[in-house]
Amino acid sequence: MASLWRYVLAGLGLAALLAGILCVVYLTAPQAPQLAAADISRSKTTAHGLFVASFEPEKGVIRQGELQSWLLTLKTVAGAPVQGAAIAVSGGMPQHNHGLPTSPQATDYLGDGRYRIDGLKFTMSGLWQLHFAISAAAGSDTVVFNVLL
Amino acid sequence: MAMAVLAGCGQPEFSDAEKKTIASLALNTLPPLKPDTTNRFADVPAAAALGSTLFFDTGMSGDGMVSCSTCHKIDRQFQDDLPQAVGVGRTNRRTMPLAGVAHDPWFFWDGRRDSLWAQALTPLENPLEQAGNRAAFAHYIKARFGERYERIFGPLPDLSKVPANASPLGTDAEKAAWSAMSDQQTEDVNRVFANIGKAIAAFERSIAPPQTRFDRFAIDLATGAKPKDEDAFSPEEILGLKLFIGKANCVTCHTGPRFTDNSFHNTGVPPVKGLPPDRGRVDAVRQVEADPFNCLGDFRDGGAGACGELRFMVKSGPELIRAYKTPSLRGAATRAPYMHAGQFSSLDEVVAHYSKAPASVEGVSEIHPLQLSDRERASLVAFLKTLAE
Repeated sequence: MASLWRYVLAGLGLAALLAGILCVVYLTAPQAPQLAAADISRSKTTAHGLFVASFEPEKGVIRQGELQSWLLTLKTVAGAPVQGAAIAVSGGMPQHNHGLPTSPQATDYLGDGRYRIDGLKFTMSGLWQLHFAISAAAGSDTVVFNVLL
Repeated sequence: MAMAVLAGCGQPEFSDAEKKTIASLALNTLPPLKPDTTNRFADVPAAAALGSTLFFDTGMSGDGMVSCSTCHKIDRQFQDDLPQAVGVGRTNRRTMPLAGVAHDPWFFWDGRRDSLWAQALTPLENPLEQAGNRAAFAHYIKARFGERYERIFGPLPDLSKVPANASPLGTDAEKAAWSAMSDQQTEDVNRVFANIGKAIAAFERSIAPPQTRFDRFAIDLATGAKPKDEDAFSPEEILGLKLFIGKANCVTCHTGPRFTDNSFHNTGVPPVKGLPPDRGRVDAVRQVEADPFNCLGDFRDGGAGACGELRFMVKSGPELIRAYKTPSLRGAATRAPYMHAGQFSSLDEVVAHYSKAPASVEGVSEIHPLQLSDRERASLVAFLKTLAE
């Protein structure tokens, strides 16, 4: 009898150990790996390599739920500012299957390749995508920025 | 080893990320009301006082029986508990509550107005709501509140030659009378009419959401204080809160201290049989653009810099079809029925809808099935009740 109890006790111990390990694994598992993997760099070369585009909030910080303006800076690969570009903005939240809550527009050219993109609003936390279609003397190209809130 | 196992299983009530989200929902993170530069009377006490009088005055209607407060009942969170509002006639939409309304960028379920003062004007002339006309309102203000009006807004115009009843939106006779008026007369009447809206808006800015049991719980959680007995959450309420900000994805749209993203979404809510076709935001876009009292119109105070919402509004796209405003959930548990036309009579039905996520009759629903268990659905309802206690 005594040896049977020993087996039962050992079994219980192993089960507890397994449960504990599962708890540790579950609690330390990374959340939303697809968000962590998104490229959220603020500066990149456009799809066909025509421009180097940088995208930054004009006031430095992103405020959720408020209309705000960002600056899109366009340079040639050689580093010269791109002037007179026509810019169309679109985007949305791919994970929620919806577009932008506003229609942002390029409203001003501030010189030195900098364009003010006004009317942006990020209504919820998560991964946002902003697509820019850029047309300038050098040709037309596109770039996509990911913004993570 | 035993300690490590115990530590692993002794799951903290909330993770740091959950605590951050919970703190972002608490009422103490609601920013102070921004000045409304489009309404220079927005924070003038005398304007708010006149607005309050007008809000409760049944003289502000075509039949003398209906006021703003007929549907926005002061003792019922400024709503009426009906599936569709009943003014002079029966409308096709649920009355919205008013707590915190001045924080909204868009008004009505579909956002067909872009300021609180422009919103307040719309029911006054809707034949199913207050069923008046702007010329009659101008005469009424002059006769009944002339002195109070002039102390706030300056001299009233000469209305002696203005017809008793006239409006560009009224009956054929009222439209004809409006067309026969001079430009100066229509401008004068529109100015008085806009000021009525500005006074009512000034009053409505004072209606703020009260602190709830959830807010006290959230503050205690953030500060590490031990909640008072009545503020502590039950295991069911904690599960509901975790689902709300986690697996059930409610917080995706019901975000921030007002539990709304102030935006419009198609969530597959079914239409109500017998009501006129209702396509939500997609039709409201044209209405707000055409509204002479919108932010870009002649009656705005201050600069056009305040008109960003209208200027950068999404004007087209499939996601606007049957998209309706995300309502605040504060106090929702004690104001059934739910949705833009009172489609659901209980929170159980609402949560069941979001768990099942049926397809939309038109357009595409943004929500996806959740497969919540009975216990999970009940927990979500239990949590929602903490926002109304």
